Amino acid sequence: MIEFLQQLANGLAQGGIYALIALGYTMIYGVLRFINFAHGDVFMLGAFAGFYVGPWVLRVSGLGPSYAGVALVLLAAMLLCALIGIGIERLCYRPLRDRPRIIVLITAIGVSLLIENVGQLVFGADPKSFPDLVIDRALVLPAWWGRLSALTITLSQVLVLGVTLLLVVLLRYIVNRTRIGLAMRALSLNPTAAQLAGVDLDRVIMFTFGLGSALAGAAGILTSIQQPSIDPLMGISAGLKAFIAAVLGGIGNLPGAVVGGVLIGLIEALVVGYLSPTYRDTIVFAVLILILIFRPAGLLGTVQREKV
Amino acid sequence: MPTLLRSFLLPAVITAAIAIHAPAQDRIKVGEFASLTGGNASFGQSSHKGTQLAIDDLNSAGGVLGRQLQLITEDDQSLAGQPATIVQKFIAQDKVVAVLGEVASSKSLEAAPICQQNHIPMISPASTNPKVTEVGDYIFRVCFIDPFQGTVMAKFALAHGWKKVALLTDVKQDYSVGLGEFFIKYLKENGGEIVKEQKYSSGDKDFRAQLTSLKAAQPDAIFVPGYYAEVALIGKQARLLGLKMPLLGGDGWVGDSLLKVAGNSLDGSFFSCHFAADDQSPVVQAFVKKFRARYQETPDDMAALGYDSAMILAEAMKRAGTTQGDKLRDAIAATRNHPGITGSITLDEKRNAAKPAVILTISDGGFKFQQTVAP
Amino acid sequence: MTSRSNQAFLLVLAVLAVLTPLAGGISPYYYDILIGIGINIILAASLNLINGYTGQFSLGHAGFMAVGAYLSSWLTLQAGTPSGPAGLALFAAALLAGSLGAAVAGFAVGAPSLRLRGDYLAIVTLGFNEIIKGTIQNAEPLGAQRGLGGMGKYTGFFSAFACTAVTVLVIHNLVRSTYGRGFLATHGDEIAAESVGLNTTRYKITAFTLGAFFAGLAGGLYAHFKQFIHPEAFGFTRSMDIVVMVILGGMGNMAGVCLAAALLTVLPELLRYVAHLELLPGWLRHVAENRMIIYSLLLIVLMIARPQGLLNFKPAKVKS
Repeated sequence: MIEFLQQLANGLAQGGIYALIALGYTMIYGVLRFINFAHGDVFMLGAFAGFYVGPWVLRVSGLGPSYAGVALVLLAAMLLCALIGIGIERLCYRPLRDRPRIIVLITAIGVSLLIENVGQLVFGADPKSFPDLVIDRALVLPAWWGRLSALTITLSQVLVLGVTLLLVVLLRYIVNRTRIGLAMRALSLNPTAAQLAGVDLDRVIMFTFGLGSALAGAAGILTSIQQPSIDPLMGISAGLKAFIAAVLGGIGNLPGAVVGGVLIGLIEALVVGYLSPTYRDTIVFAVLILILIFRPAGLLGTVQREKV
Repeated sequence: MPTLLRSFLLPAVITAAIAIHAPAQDRIKVGEFASLTGGNASFGQSSHKGTQLAIDDLNSAGGVLGRQLQLITEDDQSLAGQPATIVQKFIAQDKVVAVLGEVASSKSLEAAPICQQNHIPMISPASTNPKVTEVGDYIFRVCFIDPFQGTVMAKFALAHGWKKVALLTDVKQDYSVGLGEFFIKYLKENGGEIVKEQKYSSGDKDFRAQLTSLKAAQPDAIFVPGYYAEVALIGKQARLLGLKMPLLGGDGWVGDSLLKVAGNSLDGSFFSCHFAADDQSPVVQAFVKKFRARYQETPDDMAALGYDSAMILAEAMKRAGTTQGDKLRDAIAATRNHPGITGSITLDEKRNAAKPAVILTISDGGFKFQQTVAP
Repeated sequence: MTSRSNQAFLLVLAVLAVLTPLAGGISPYYYDILIGIGINIILAASLNLINGYTGQFSLGHAGFMAVGAYLSSWLTLQAGTPSGPAGLALFAAALLAGSLGAAVAGFAVGAPSLRLRGDYLAIVTLGFNEIIKGTIQNAEPLGAQRGLGGMGKYTGFFSAFACTAVTVLVIHNLVRSTYGRGFLATHGDEIAAESVGLNTTRYKITAFTLGAFFAGLAGGLYAHFKQFIHPEAFGFTRSMDIVVMVILGGMGNMAGVCLAAALLTVLPELLRYVAHLELLPGWLRHVAENRMIIYSLLLIVLMIARPQGLLNFKPAKVKS
């Protein structure tokens, strides 16, 4: 029983990371109706931003490994990734706004491959050791947890879940309570009507890309705190899983992305723990295919009829 | 400036031009294929550095058979399908007399049939899969093979009284699965017990699920015959989850980033490999010194094996007195007690190297020579 | 097939028969590249049916290739790789079986495409590719992670290019036929096609099944030429190589796609030469060593500046 709960706890922490990346997919899909294939690579760049900026930030601020240090590095990486995301949109996607979706999709694949391969050239293909932003350790669980105190929960896992939760709440506030959030929702509901009502298309798309990429950057840092080995191809698998999470929850649906992310994390942990890691990717892809066949709108999405 | 040009630059240019062109006809060409980019780049770069160093050493000592050696290196980008084309190019275009490579067994297996068909000897520095040299009598290797390594570590575990051992293997790597099989076989036959088996796939980053299930089985030690990238994270996560038993492994652990990522979480663990940089034998120390001077880094197993592969080839050329394929093959096959960096190498009738393995331990975040295990 | 294309096909076969002894005489390195060109044309032409003419988007063509390669290899290995006429008959049967196996896989992927379009389909095909690769990696009789070797070298100049000719002619004639116009209609406007009574679902599934059939054929030829196959040879990188060929040649432009396939087979070998030029600065040689950087840049620039493809000289038909 303890082993089962331990697997769930492990899966939950991984699921939080997927959720953060999935949010970016879903948001960008919401306003632009296309899958930003390069999103997983922005996540990778976030991790490398932390790798290069982290030690410098900690030294200059004099903080050393600490929570404040994590917060600073997190902000720095989110800012950098937001700029990168905006840059990609400006350079590669904006010239294609009125082209068929397939053209934009191919471009996105091109951008993804370019980042991965230039990354291998610049950073080196070998895994890099991510600097210690906090000293990770197993938490001592209080005795009143009873039998549950036999669980091993690490500081990094708590940190990942805490920050993920915080960012999701923040995102919810931005989308539901601010003017730009209103514009984003309007755009994803009906682009033409939104523009007629005075929504500045370029500005909203830029903001969405910035926000989504910042979340991916945050995920990059958080995942590296848990698994301090980063490489230029780490975004491929994480990006695909997060995309599947977004589809599972219902693409374009923010709570859906979070639910999907956590579910994928849990499924993976259970498959690896009780079946075999060889089936992990196969089962996750099978989940995607089944969802697309039987409930294409996802768990929380609403079915949209194709308009003629 | 014109005087300078005439007195210094021009002769220099002419000499350089002669050096490049004139002896090119006479140079003995050796082809080397390696994964210089892509997923296996770290192994490929290392073995290439060692091989290049050996060729340069030979050339500065006057070459072989009175001729200089020329190493032609091609990058297979860690991609399947590339080695076959590259070796065709070596043989047809470059007219090499022998081929060196690769580290990854799957790449060697692709190139080997072509070398065999053309009767061009091929020496793999570090492909440990038994099947590689089974392709034919022109295919050799200078490393030991997987069964030997698995057995060595099982012997080592039993000698330390670790009878209940758990296994964590990389199912995507035949190497890992192979080591695991022979480890299990020896351990079981000699009174040991495998209390739990778990698996992972190369590229995984989170091993908590597997480690959680291994922990429940309470083993004395865990055998993790994987590659350094994953082993580093496994070590780190194992300590965090409260697994305190030693981890055991094979030569896949050797990699610059193992200790950088793992920190001191692998302290007290052991693994078998081909060579120890802190081995005090004069052959090893001379090599380490030369390598450091050239590349500003400490050589690893792959570099040492790359060096040995080129040296064994050159020794065979000297003994054969020719670079002609079948005579060269016979000379390589006759290699006995070659004083290599990775120990005294004798090629057996299956064209595999019979030589000792080295067991290293990790303490204070560094590799330490533990002991040598003879075959 | 019309009688005219029958004649064209016979002519091609005759030319190939004449060229075969010549091809045997060239350097094995060039021969290796030449066969590579033939195999890649089959792959690109068959993907062109799916991605170009029918307007679907498959990112998993290497998966179908893997099915053909492994199935045909398993068969010839089981039969003990005989030589002589028996070997050739076996090879032909194994190629056919491998292609049919791949076609079944293509049908399985085509079925979910009923509901999916564009980007979703791309991910599903990518997923199928991974599933096929993962299955092989776990299949002991297929060599699992070790790879599978020991096949006879049955593939030769004649068999490779006869298959290439069959592939190109069949696909070319199909889309030119009355029935085949439906592929283009499915691409052009699905709803309009449906409203004039075309069953677009059937066209999509046919495209996937037939495209996969020929990819399987290419796989069988590849396996019996290289004589060693490994799951990693049929991953995402390989699929992307084929996609780049189709895009570079111009989606739906058969001549351009075939030309692009040939060019992109030769290009890495040229880059290999460039990477050895010591006159060039180091970083440029590094870029030359990494062909994916060049491919990805090419994709982005092409899509922005010339979406109809580099080798397509017909005016662009931009639809939204």
